[in-house]
Amino acid sequence: MGIGTKAKAAVESLIRLQDVGKSYRQPNGQLITIMEQINLELRTGEIVALLGPSGSGKSTLMRIITGLVAPTDGQVLYRDRPMRGLNPGAAIVFQSSALYPWLTVLENVELGLKAIGEGPRSRRNKALRMIDIIGLDGFENAYPKELSGGMRQRVGFARALAVEPELLCMDEPFSALDVLTAENLRFELLDLWLERKIPTRSILIVTHNIEEAVILADRIIVLGSNPGRIRADFPMTLPHYRDRKNPAFQAIVDRVYKILTNPQLDEPEESEPFVTGQPIAEEAAPRYQTLPHVRIGSVAGLMELIEDRQEDIYRLGQELQLEIDDILPIVEAAKLMHLVVVDEGDIALTPIGQGFLDGSIDQRKQIIREQLLKHIRLVQQIHNLLTVKHNRRIPEELVLDILERHFTPQEAERQLTTAIDWGRYAELYSYDDPSREIFLESPQQEEQLQPDIETTAV
Amino acid sequence: MTRPLTPENQTLGRLNWTWQDGLIILSIVALVFAIINTAAKFTGNYNPNLNIDLSPASLPGYTARTLLRMLVAYLFSLGFSLGYAYLAFYNKVAERILLPLLDILQSIPVLSFLPGVVLALIALFPGQQIGVELASIILIFTGMAWNMTFSFYQSLTGVPKELREVARIYRLSWWQNFWTVDLPAGVIGLIWNSVMSVAGGWFFLIAIESFTLGNRSFKLAGLGSYLGTAANAANYAALTYGLIVLIGVIILIDLLAWRPLIAWGEKFKFQLVEAESVPQSFVLDFLRRSPTLRALHLNLFTPLQETIDRQFATTPASTLPISRPKSSPKFNQWVNRLLLGGFAFIVLWGSWEALLLLRVLSWADWQTVMLGAILTTIRVLVALALSLLWTVPVGVAIGRSPRLSQLVQPIVQIAASVPATALFPVLLLALANVGGGLQIGSVLLMMLGTMWYILFNVIAGAQAIPTELLEAATVYQLSWSQRWRTVILPGIFPYLITGIITAVGGAWNASIVSEYVEFRNQTETTLGLGSIISQASAAGNFPLLLASTVTMSLLVVLTNRLVWRRLYRLAQNKYQLL
Repeated sequence: MGIGTKAKAAVESLIRLQDVGKSYRQPNGQLITIMEQINLELRTGEIVALLGPSGSGKSTLMRIITGLVAPTDGQVLYRDRPMRGLNPGAAIVFQSSALYPWLTVLENVELGLKAIGEGPRSRRNKALRMIDIIGLDGFENAYPKELSGGMRQRVGFARALAVEPELLCMDEPFSALDVLTAENLRFELLDLWLERKIPTRSILIVTHNIEEAVILADRIIVLGSNPGRIRADFPMTLPHYRDRKNPAFQAIVDRVYKILTNPQLDEPEESEPFVTGQPIAEEAAPRYQTLPHVRIGSVAGLMELIEDRQEDIYRLGQELQLEIDDILPIVEAAKLMHLVVVDEGDIALTPIGQGFLDGSIDQRKQIIREQLLKHIRLVQQIHNLLTVKHNRRIPEELVLDILERHFTPQEAERQLTTAIDWGRYAELYSYDDPSREIFLESPQQEEQLQPDIETTAV
Repeated sequence: MTRPLTPENQTLGRLNWTWQDGLIILSIVALVFAIINTAAKFTGNYNPNLNIDLSPASLPGYTARTLLRMLVAYLFSLGFSLGYAYLAFYNKVAERILLPLLDILQSIPVLSFLPGVVLALIALFPGQQIGVELASIILIFTGMAWNMTFSFYQSLTGVPKELREVARIYRLSWWQNFWTVDLPAGVIGLIWNSVMSVAGGWFFLIAIESFTLGNRSFKLAGLGSYLGTAANAANYAALTYGLIVLIGVIILIDLLAWRPLIAWGEKFKFQLVEAESVPQSFVLDFLRRSPTLRALHLNLFTPLQETIDRQFATTPASTLPISRPKSSPKFNQWVNRLLLGGFAFIVLWGSWEALLLLRVLSWADWQTVMLGAILTTIRVLVALALSLLWTVPVGVAIGRSPRLSQLVQPIVQIAASVPATALFPVLLLALANVGGGLQIGSVLLMMLGTMWYILFNVIAGAQAIPTELLEAATVYQLSWSQRWRTVILPGIFPYLITGIITAVGGAWNASIVSEYVEFRNQTETTLGLGSIISQASAAGNFPLLLASTVTMSLLVVLTNRLVWRRLYRLAQNKYQLL
């Protein structure tokens, strides 16, 4: 397909990130690092997919590239010159389409052209042409609320393409759409790009959908989290349009899954051509354990599914129609509690996990209680604080103070919510929402629980 | 107000010019003429011995002048709100000063501004009508501006992050940003708060159009002074005419301005799904389908807007420099320091002057203020309790019965829109006949002005209780009291709190006009913080006015902070349905 002609065009560097990092200081003086040591170049003629779990800072990285966010370390070069302020050649398609509800389709698309002072006639012509290309004819005067989600995202595309950007950035553009609409839009976008109907020189797509990345991208960059950094950066040599059933396609998807599910494995040992072998910084002092935000019920559901079989996480995700961002946190939670083991992208129950599945509701709670106290640091800390306090109550701010040494305020809040949820399930402690205090149930109840724990321990 | 036609309502647009269009053109011309003609009367020399003519024939002229005053004050408020909120939102240093300041300004009763404003403007325009007119306009302004400002600031903070990023990435100029992002986001809040503000303007109308300051009394021709004079002269026929005109004007404004605006505001909601029941207004439909307005829009406003937009547009993309020159951070820092320093100076200087002023007050004065504060607090609480006593059961009954609410709601709305101050004379007459002076009267007057807020909110709350919850109560055979305690009261709680907060704020303000009433050529007063403020204002006793105003502001701000906000948070956290 068009790939050959594209390769012939002179390759220019559009944007280059050198040792870019982003961190900020909390009000309490703690320094939170969102990402560090990012080295990355976007060149003309390629679609680059930025993949990573939530919390890897992929949206922040995109905003640094577009100039919406300034990095705290390193520098950004636009066409080999330091970039200050906005990227002059970038446009963004947002996940939520981000249309102004009070403007019509046409007015939304014209917005960027109006801002750069295009005259009314040429502005209207350009906008109408783009509306035509993107397939929105007849809806020029509709308001966004009259459109379906897919149509709204099309308007988002038209608005971005109307300003004829060199670099089109997309922040999870298909993730809010239903499966069929998303697939349709993906291939239409690919058509426009391959047939050169749009003047865009390069596309950057941020996604957590591995298949989407493998279908669209000429290069895949995998980010790791806490803090965000580049874990892998490799080109895709499969010709467009790619077939999901092709074994080569499946192999690449598997490989990306392996990188994502194995935090220690930074670059797979396969001899595929990796362009940039990023020097990966050694893990510094052990980080504070991060709890994935899932409910114990979801963990139990996952374990029911993998009982009696060793399963590939990728296929499990497909079977459940769950995106990587949905399934990985559940796996992670089960792993933290030592209920499952994960090896090379395969997942299996541990004996404790099997015991959990075989148990009654009370026995299950018992097992979770033990595993939480043994392995989950935040739950241990809360429990210890509660047992030393003579009124057996602590305000949540106390725990948040500890957490905010390691997390952003919002993340600290989420960590606490998860810890409270897990602790409640295990009947370790309870939470009083109006006073925002964590407390132990009355001592009598504690004692009633005590013999239980001893009998199972024996 | 015109919008581009979508395919489906294209057919609705009338293509031919009809007599209705002539009507529009004529009414525009008439309106312009009326405004100019009325405004002409605002100039010239001030006549201190103005006699208000109580014949019905003079009513149209008086009404026009009152309306023009309200309109000008409203436009001032709108401009002020936009500017103030904009500055507070975009300048972090200014925000730290402006927001607390707004909180305090909001708690200061309108009449406390009166002497200062009047004296300043009379000094500026000695002996001229315009000075007194401006004074009254500024007083109306002080009753209108604050809540609109708060609302616009809230809207600015509520704009979704991505919509702001779109504006940045597509390089909207501040001008374009204001018209496409900030103003549309604030439209709905501004409309609803405008409705409240204008209602507040009517409330103080009588007090603002005729007042005494020291040994001088001021009177401006207008509907408010007409009502005041009619009450004073015990001319019931004139009082009735005045009230009819007042209610008629209020209903007309609702029909011609607020309803179309509220329906139009629907377009500015953030939700991307069409709501089930959308407010409708036939006036708005009429205007939207009018070819006259469309032609005007297409040939006049669009090109004008285009020219202005282009003036502010950034350079075309091809010639964009890599970095835009920004004002240096050092310069910004200095501006901020100057701002903070200036503000600190004003605060220190103001407090010093205030202290000098307050030193004059004797211990007895302070005792009076404290006693007044206690008495007024008791009155506010009694008014609140009495209002709750009848509004909660009645509101729930209305809210739970669709038939009843269809029947009663329009009546309640009209009743609530009548400014309570206009009814005071009627009420006082009734009280004088039955016995019981202003002691009881002032509580009733406060209720008259404030109970509606609670009633409206209770009705809304009762309508919002999901039917399933009530059905569950029936299935589990809850007794009457259990039903109230477990379903109805918690269900309406958030609404009730909102209503109470508004009502109590209104009651404090109402105390000023209800504890000190001029009636049948004599002044009736009862001891209270409100009457102290009124008297001090009328006598030009500045130390006492300052002391009583500060006391009232403190009371309002403290109860807001310590009681209402907490209850409100509780309501939001615990009793929020859905």
